[in-house]
Amino acid sequence: MDNEKDILEVRNLQVNFKTYAGDVKAIRNVSFDLRKGETLAIVGESGSGKSVTTRTIMGLNATNADIVNGSIMYKGEDLLKKSEKDMEAIRGQDIAEIFQDPMTSLDPTMKIGRQIAEPLMVHKGMKKEKALAQALEMMKLVGITDAENRINDYPHQFSGGMRQRIVIAIALVNYPEILIADEPTTALDVTIQAQILNLMKELQDKISTSIIFITHDLGVVAGMADRVAVMYAGKIVEYGTVDEIFYNPKHPYTWGLLSSMPTLDTKGDELPSIPGTPPDLLDPPVGDAFAARNQYALKIDTQQEPPFFKVSDTHYAATWLLHPDAPKVTPPDQIVARQKKYAEMQAALKQQQAANTVPVEEEEEQQ
Amino acid sequence: MAKYLAKRIFYLILTLFIVITVTFFLMKLLPGTPLTNQAKLSKSQIALIYKQYGLDKPVWQQYVLYLAGAVRGNFGTSFQFSDQPVSYLISSRIEPSLQIGLQAIIVGVIVGIIIGSFGAMKQNTWADTSATIVSILGISIPSFVLAVLLQYYLGLKAGWFPIAEWGGFSYTVLPTLALAFTPLAESARFVRTEMVDVLSSDYIELAKAKGLSRMGVIYHHALRNSLIPLITIVGPLAVNIMTGSMVVENIFSIPGIGEQFVKSVLTNDYPTIMGLTIVYSFMLCVVLLVTDILYGIVDPRIRITGKAN
Repeated sequence: MDNEKDILEVRNLQVNFKTYAGDVKAIRNVSFDLRKGETLAIVGESGSGKSVTTRTIMGLNATNADIVNGSIMYKGEDLLKKSEKDMEAIRGQDIAEIFQDPMTSLDPTMKIGRQIAEPLMVHKGMKKEKALAQALEMMKLVGITDAENRINDYPHQFSGGMRQRIVIAIALVNYPEILIADEPTTALDVTIQAQILNLMKELQDKISTSIIFITHDLGVVAGMADRVAVMYAGKIVEYGTVDEIFYNPKHPYTWGLLSSMPTLDTKGDELPSIPGTPPDLLDPPVGDAFAARNQYALKIDTQQEPPFFKVSDTHYAATWLLHPDAPKVTPPDQIVARQKKYAEMQAALKQQQAANTVPVEEEEEQQ
Repeated sequence: MAKYLAKRIFYLILTLFIVITVTFFLMKLLPGTPLTNQAKLSKSQIALIYKQYGLDKPVWQQYVLYLAGAVRGNFGTSFQFSDQPVSYLISSRIEPSLQIGLQAIIVGVIVGIIIGSFGAMKQNTWADTSATIVSILGISIPSFVLAVLLQYYLGLKAGWFPIAEWGGFSYTVLPTLALAFTPLAESARFVRTEMVDVLSSDYIELAKAKGLSRMGVIYHHALRNSLIPLITIVGPLAVNIMTGSMVVENIFSIPGIGEQFVKSVLTNDYPTIMGLTIVYSFMLCVVLLVTDILYGIVDPRIRITGKAN
């Protein structure tokens, strides 16, 4: 992996939550990198540890969280070793976050102008007037109409979509290097979702920030992300570029996720679903945590945890099915169709490259 | 806003009218007469006195006469204090009650907010537990017990404050403390519960994500949102305390209003009962109005706006 380009490196992160019943192993050895300017989507169902991962990066975990192991390197320094005071200086300045529910994430008793200006006042030591002037610019940037008159309004005077724009303005007002978006569109109408996603992409180009995009909605991922990491039961089980994950998935869990997402090609009466529920992380199962729900599970899945197998330079998956000795299995029909499409795409790409004596790589390799 | 105020004042007058009416007739249902305890008076003397005070007329006539007087600001004269006007009687004795009550409510609420916030910030630690204990004690210990304890320890033993006299500010300290404990406990309990709620809300998470310090989060975001429900209880609590805790006033020999209320009820001193009831309900109404206006200032979501949209 190219360390030059990495802005954030999470290594072997392990987080437990202390409860009366015992330690809940919420994050079990997670590693990933965030490259400069890219959007990394972390996908998984509820309770897979997506939000805990981002909270750990922000240093905003609940008091019963126990970081057992790991490091989060940002600008050559381990965020996990920083004091609370140092983390305060980083939050909202270098790393900002957008939360899931815009209806509850704004202070109901503070004018929105002031709320947007706050990070400027805290981190840049700006006077209120100057910060408010900049907040106004930010409001215009995120597309709040009539910003001059609305700067003194309170959150309840805005719709959900507008509020999420305000939350985005708060997050981006200091031009952070990393933006963590924790399901930023889950609570919004589908039409508003698209607007917010477009806005985020547009601003990402303007501000050149890197985004960690947390979601359980694969449909959102396809349009947003450069790379995707799939999380299950506190672990990353597969990661790769967005095309690799969508068209050439290797992990049975990714197959399940993609099959249960309706597309225009979906035929038949029944939408497939993944049977069962995620394992209890108080006492995670031995071997592959997904084995119990996996119709392709091998014997070894219940005995030994699968390591990451390399699919391509950018694509890795933790499933024993990729082991050279593993039996060949046929994925669900939909996945086969996707993989076929992927093969066609690759072939077309090669053909085009072969046809052109001077390869136009810049246009082709948008991964 | 002006329209809203006018509406509220109209309701205030309506409320007072209802209070006067209900109190007047209830009072007449009380057993005994103002002269019950005067066994030595002959029948003709009693009749004479009745005539003098208009008590011989039918009740409805007395009611109309009282109402007519009250509208003009004439609340009659007291039976028990040789013909003193009720308005003078109340105005001369309400000041100490108001002063001590106001001091108690200010001290109590401010200290209560501090204790409550502290408890919420250090949730489930020894600090939180002691804050809870303080509020349980404050709610369960009657103020007169506390009054006596304060007199004994701070007055008699330490000799810092006078015990049972009425003069300058130093005389008000002990009764203020004795009365402050209840609002202190109530507001500490309220603020703690509310702030625990607020601190786990999304906008506090966002405030932390902005990089605000712990105290910054509390001061700029948590406090204001936690105090909103407190306003609703502080108003009535303040009226309760200001109109006098007669026991505490008795213990500290304060020439206040509370003691007088009890006496007037015991002796069927009709005009004084009526006068004090009106004062009490008037204060309550005003406090509730102020509370509602304050509520709007603190919480923009329910702000009363004159302009549509």
